[in-house]
Amino acid sequence: MDHILAAGTPAPDFSLHSTPDQLVSLSDFRGRPVILAFYPADWSPVCGDQMALYNEMLGEFQHLGAELLGISVDGAWCHVAFAHERKLHFPLLADFEPKGHVARLYGAYRDHEGTSERALFVIDSEGVIRWSYCSPVGVNPGADGILRALEALKPEQSRA
Amino acid sequence: MPDDVARLAMPVGPRDHAQGPADAPVTLVEYGDYECPHCGRAYSIVKEVQRRLGSKLRFVFRNFPLRESHLHAEHAAEAAEGAAAPGRFWEMHDMLFEHQGALDDAHLVGYAANVGLDAKVFERELRDHAHKDRVREDFMSGVRSGVNGTPSFFINGVRFDDGWDADTLTKALKAVAHAGKP
Repeated sequence: MDHILAAGTPAPDFSLHSTPDQLVSLSDFRGRPVILAFYPADWSPVCGDQMALYNEMLGEFQHLGAELLGISVDGAWCHVAFAHERKLHFPLLADFEPKGHVARLYGAYRDHEGTSERALFVIDSEGVIRWSYCSPVGVNPGADGILRALEALKPEQSRA
Repeated sequence: MPDDVARLAMPVGPRDHAQGPADAPVTLVEYGDYECPHCGRAYSIVKEVQRRLGSKLRFVFRNFPLRESHLHAEHAAEAAEGAAAPGRFWEMHDMLFEHQGALDDAHLVGYAANVGLDAKVFERELRDHAHKDRVREDFMSGVRSGVNGTPSFFINGVRFDDGWDADTLTKALKAVAHAGKP
């Protein structure tokens, strides 16, 4: 699981649907940090807990100036239903066609399962990956690593 | 933290609600949510484990309400904190876990009366979210410690990632209690 893109790598750009009629591009967020949270699937229990935790953390992430984007290979309609049922207040992106393309760009695709890894990336305001972490697929990585990575960006962001 | 053993970022101290001796050889900290069904199961298990360990165990409960998943979790956590100043925290804690299915405000007020709280003060504090900051402080200390869901347990400051059935938990606590003797 050491194959995901590492800190210091420019984050590959992408455009994915967050809803059937809305496209989100990474470059839309240039100028502020982005948290990319790849997860294997909507509805599976661990993902649910992980996304529920991040949902609670949105205020803290926003306080640190960061945007959170969830990504899985589920389709946009599935994301809409999942986000509605779990009352998620951040975009879930559909890495659906071609399937897992963005996960592959980030080295976070699981060929055997046909899903993404449970992988986290913190990308700075210049679009460079500053922290990445790949969790065992059944383990919710929590949010402490993300917070620390965002806080480590802070001095640099204020100098800019 | 990933890469490392997850540890309690905020050590157990005077701000905490604790049962058992302060100098017990082993301290179990739970981050929990009163409306979470897993925490409801953990509630009886912890009681059993406390019975087994006796004075060797100190148990601490901290709030980790997942507000968006559990509609009443935040208010229930604030209600328990409201019971703390008059010395009724554990009575309220038990009451909430024993009535997990009925945690709306009307029921919370009823439970407060049952555990002997002043209804007027309790209702006012609930309405004003008087204990919101305390609950949030617990929550953030959990996030910083690597809490990734509820319940999350820490044994002498180290996150416990095994199953938390009574036997596994008892075994882990006893092992630490024996090894930890100075």
